[in-house]
Amino acid sequence: MKYADEFRDPVAAKGVLAAIERVTQEIGATKEKPVHIMEVCGGHTHAIFRYGLDKLTPKGLEFIHGPGCPVCVLPMSRVDECVQIAEDPKVIFTTFGDAMRVPGTKKSLIQAKADGADIRMVYSPLDALELARRNPDREVVFFGLGFETTTPSTALSILQADADGLTNFTIFCNHITVPPPIKALLDDPHMILDGFVGPGHVSMVIGTEPYQFIARDYGKPIVVAGFEPLDLLQSVLMVLEQIRDGRAEVENQYSRIVPNEGNPVSIAACEKVYEPRPTFEWRGLGEIDASGLRIRDRYKAFDAEVKFNIGYGRNTSFTEEQEGCACGDVMTGRIKPHACPQFGKGCTPEMPLGALMVSSEGACAAYYQYGGLDLEPAE
Amino acid sequence: MCLGIPGQITEISDATRKLAMVDISGVKREVNVACIAGDDPLEDLIGTWTLIHVGFAMSKINEEEAVLTLEVLRELGEAQEEIEAMRASATMLADAS
Repeated sequence: MKYADEFRDPVAAKGVLAAIERVTQEIGATKEKPVHIMEVCGGHTHAIFRYGLDKLTPKGLEFIHGPGCPVCVLPMSRVDECVQIAEDPKVIFTTFGDAMRVPGTKKSLIQAKADGADIRMVYSPLDALELARRNPDREVVFFGLGFETTTPSTALSILQADADGLTNFTIFCNHITVPPPIKALLDDPHMILDGFVGPGHVSMVIGTEPYQFIARDYGKPIVVAGFEPLDLLQSVLMVLEQIRDGRAEVENQYSRIVPNEGNPVSIAACEKVYEPRPTFEWRGLGEIDASGLRIRDRYKAFDAEVKFNIGYGRNTSFTEEQEGCACGDVMTGRIKPHACPQFGKGCTPEMPLGALMVSSEGACAAYYQYGGLDLEPAE
Repeated sequence: MCLGIPGQITEISDATRKLAMVDISGVKREVNVACIAGDDPLEDLIGTWTLIHVGFAMSKINEEEAVLTLEVLRELGEAQEEIEAMRASATMLADAS
């Protein structure tokens, strides 16, 4: 879909697109000197490509695709640890399907499963809990992965396991949080970002307050956005208007889902069960302060890191990226996905070399799936 | 995983654990409703549309929003993926018992 006519509300879409064109000109942005807006969330990246929004918007506006795809930023060391836990014969290792194909240094979870490990894809940590109830003689481990959108689900599962007195259920907690990598990107001396389209469903949980530092300390606008194409276009327009007017504010385009205070039950459950780690490793971005969560001591009986003595900071080292993989440069907006020498050659969605090619929410996979043959040559 | 999927609450299945049955595009599934329960009786949630993330109802939505969200999810290929993941998970649990 590359024509506004095909949107559900073409008149509104055309109106917003015209306004985007006008404000981009008013800012003075051009193809040579574009305004850079980062969509933080991988779901937004997917939607931008699916609806061809990058082709509908003016050349003076460039989307930079952010780190908001949890599978994409998962370091190979964490995958190696998953495989090691899963290969313990008493363990049933459960995970969301998204994590199965992420490459480790030796193998992915799908390869480990083929080699005989008892690895099961589950839709929800609730299903892992149920599996633990039905298999009291096995250790059921759930791979806790994702941003604030999925963090409450594992926190509440731990609280349930505690209430039920389960002793064979643990979470391998590798949850991460959205605000710290945004801060890390803003602190990067190569930073070229002019504003942000903020994540919708993460914000549904945490609210809009945690983004205030972006406007207050860094003077950059951020607009929390929904996933409809029109939501995204409106949010981009709101960011551009802030830039034009010299404002830097946290605005909420998605208020029909996102209350400014977030979801109090989720926030309380996460606060109860988790605490921030001093630092955490992100694939392509390196170590970022206070960007990962670990299970509090009170709930250590449900912590796979404690039970299996494995995990971030225990005995694994920082993993170097594969030779030729440019995920870090793509993630910080220094290069476009197709400018990576491995794009579509050594790295495809079927055989991903780098993290951004793994999930449909990753920038490289989105380029590969929707970019087609009309990609401009890499510059 | 991050986009979630809309569903309508049809009954409360386990009040102590705050679990309810939902209808998600024709698929029946048990979800946790703690995050949207508030202080009112759980029964009041029956008929409510909600946005469900990995088996947890995270937000109440209206029916129109539910329909529009499902349409976007279908276009992104995410609706099929979520429903397939739910079905596979149910099959796995049935085989495990």
